[in-house]
Amino acid sequence: MAYKQYILVCGGTACESNRGIALVDALKKEVEENGLINDVQIVRTGCLGFCEKGPIVKILPEDTFYVEVRPEDASEIIQEHIIKGRVVSRLLYDNAQSKGNVAIDGIDFYQKQFRIVLRNCGVIDPDKIDEYIARDGYKGLERVLFEMQPEDVIEELKISGLRGRGGAGFPTGVKWSFAAAQPDGQKYMVCNADEGDPGAYMDRSTLEGDPHSILEAMAIAGYAIGASKGFIYIRAEYPLAIDRLENAIAQATDYGLLGENILGSGFSFTIELRLGAGAFVCGEETALLASIEGKRGMPAPRPPFPAVKGLWGRPTVINNVETLANVPVIMLKGANWFNKIGTATTKGTKVFALTGKVNNSGLIEVPMGTTLREIIFDIGGGIKNGKEFKAAQTGGPSGGMIPPKFLDTPIDYESLTKIGSIMGSGGLIVMDEDDCIPDVAKFYLDFTVDESCGKCAPCRIGGRKLLNYLTKICDGKGTAEDIQNMKDISEAMCRASLCGLGQTASNPVTSSLRYFMDEYIEHIDDKKCRAGKCKNLLRYIIDPHKCVGCTACARVCPVQAIQGERKQAHVIDQELCIKCGQCFEVCKFQAVSRS
Amino acid sequence: MSSETTPVEKVETLTPELIEFIAEWKTKPGNLIMVLHRVQQEFGYIPRKIAFEVADRLDVPLAKIYGVMTFYNFFKLKKPGRNQIQVCMGTACYLKGGEDIIAEIEGILGVGLNTVTPDGEFSVEAVRCIGCCGLAPVMVINGKVYGKVQPQDLHAIIADIKKV
Repeated sequence: MAYKQYILVCGGTACESNRGIALVDALKKEVEENGLINDVQIVRTGCLGFCEKGPIVKILPEDTFYVEVRPEDASEIIQEHIIKGRVVSRLLYDNAQSKGNVAIDGIDFYQKQFRIVLRNCGVIDPDKIDEYIARDGYKGLERVLFEMQPEDVIEELKISGLRGRGGAGFPTGVKWSFAAAQPDGQKYMVCNADEGDPGAYMDRSTLEGDPHSILEAMAIAGYAIGASKGFIYIRAEYPLAIDRLENAIAQATDYGLLGENILGSGFSFTIELRLGAGAFVCGEETALLASIEGKRGMPAPRPPFPAVKGLWGRPTVINNVETLANVPVIMLKGANWFNKIGTATTKGTKVFALTGKVNNSGLIEVPMGTTLREIIFDIGGGIKNGKEFKAAQTGGPSGGMIPPKFLDTPIDYESLTKIGSIMGSGGLIVMDEDDCIPDVAKFYLDFTVDESCGKCAPCRIGGRKLLNYLTKICDGKGTAEDIQNMKDISEAMCRASLCGLGQTASNPVTSSLRYFMDEYIEHIDDKKCRAGKCKNLLRYIIDPHKCVGCTACARVCPVQAIQGERKQAHVIDQELCIKCGQCFEVCKFQAVSRS
Repeated sequence: MSSETTPVEKVETLTPELIEFIAEWKTKPGNLIMVLHRVQQEFGYIPRKIAFEVADRLDVPLAKIYGVMTFYNFFKLKKPGRNQIQVCMGTACYLKGGEDIIAEIEGILGVGLNTVTPDGEFSVEAVRCIGCCGLAPVMVINGKVYGKVQPQDLHAIIADIKKV
């Protein structure tokens, strides 16, 4: 590695789709043309996290951080930065510019982050096993195989306090111990990479940016529980992650880090991929196993738990991607290093996909116990366009809406449950004053109703009823009775549904009724949607005093609902109006108002 | 697994590669979903005739195959347009106007969701989160991701694709 400089280009999906591939090509061309091929290496890394400002380019060793880099900028980066040693200031992130600091540490987005799971994302080329190994990759596995007994591994994991990052937070070491306690014979290790939460992409980025960490963790788990076979159940919608995993498995097998007799230890472990096909319910362990078996992904009652009777009736451990990504580090640095991070009940870090109405959308990793305020305002840079924060939803469709008064809650499993949400897998959606709470609840119910497998009545019927009530309310036809009915149904679904999907599907409703009742009342009593989102409650009116009769609105109206002579005040026919809002946008005289 | 273009014009018979793929997977437990993925990759959807063939070759009842196909969102039973437009309906995209994108595309194409235009050129569907939330609202056309899409951009984007 005799290169003088490294140009890291983010190869996460968001950056790649934003002409990131063309950017890599342009940089390579410039490097070649300027005879720098022995001095400068271009590395396509995994996700650097700052998706909002992609494509991201980082130059080492000086740690310069460029944002929104286009292929056309390649020449300037090479000519100015690489050859002349002058920072291209127009490509720096604003905040870094103002502080005169070009390094990543100076950027607000990264300051409060702490990376364990994403330790290699944006640092290594995910397609090269050597780069993973150079960052202590597979050392955890080596230590486990040669210095530890399977029970030591499980004990270490228990001491670390690691809990399942898929959402429920079950202690991972305990889960492993259940499967390990089963009599010898075929056992399976399954990685759940079927990230179904809409608005979340933590696992996608981990798999794309650091696929070997998951393979290493699965081998460690296989050793601990006595499984020789592993499956990664991954969404078919993630082609790049699938490619990188397939490549990583081939490389690891080639290096003797997977397959027969790993590193001469006598332990054998192989991994195969199985593709999901778009079913949110497969986040439920028993449904996921049914899907790997090639069946409809329907959940089964538990017990028996998969650790006792799982895939094809054999003991099976299922861990989520993020949970697994922690394991190699814990084995290498020790449980007592890990359990110093986080809160009393929840150790380590959490990766969030911070999205919605926040300035810096992206992928972040923070120590447990960080507050929502720090995440949304310090890391996320606050709300877009200076609007007011209304709510944050953690846990996706299974989670709850968190109002501003809980912004200072330190995040861990227990604290989020206490305020009516859940940790979930890591989606963190920020809503502002323009978002309508009943409408968002309706969006989530629409999703869960569509995804309900239909096996149990509370979820199948209850979800549909909730959705009907929410639709009624958003259409301005709700009654006070609907609220009580929604509360009753939510309670029943929560208590009587077979699996986690149904048990949590009502959370968006329950939490929003608890904290945003005033918005529901407004929709029902005043037929008003303060966010202007519920179209049936909207009315567009032209102020005759402001209207100059320019006819712009009449021309743009798709249904000819606006009448009026040139230079005379125009009028909207409310019967014909479809509330598309085009007149509102086109009017230069603020004569069209929306209420 | 990525398919830049979906070759929907092929005659719908099992190709030698498909036959080989099915033979390779026949003895592996849990093969059905993997085989269906491969079929859809080939044809862009799962033709009924092929489903019969798969049933035959894997020795599973056709009812089971349809049970699986209809359970999962990913599998298509109808032939999509030559150009497939997928509009993301994840939460971030929804909040940032994904619905407006769909409405605009429907207007431009003159067909609703999950319907193919009469010339067979386009079909538009709402899809689950594709994991590009930082670019919301997002759509995918023939495997290419378009981020921060504005309704007013759509005419030009679709016109560009028509040209190709």
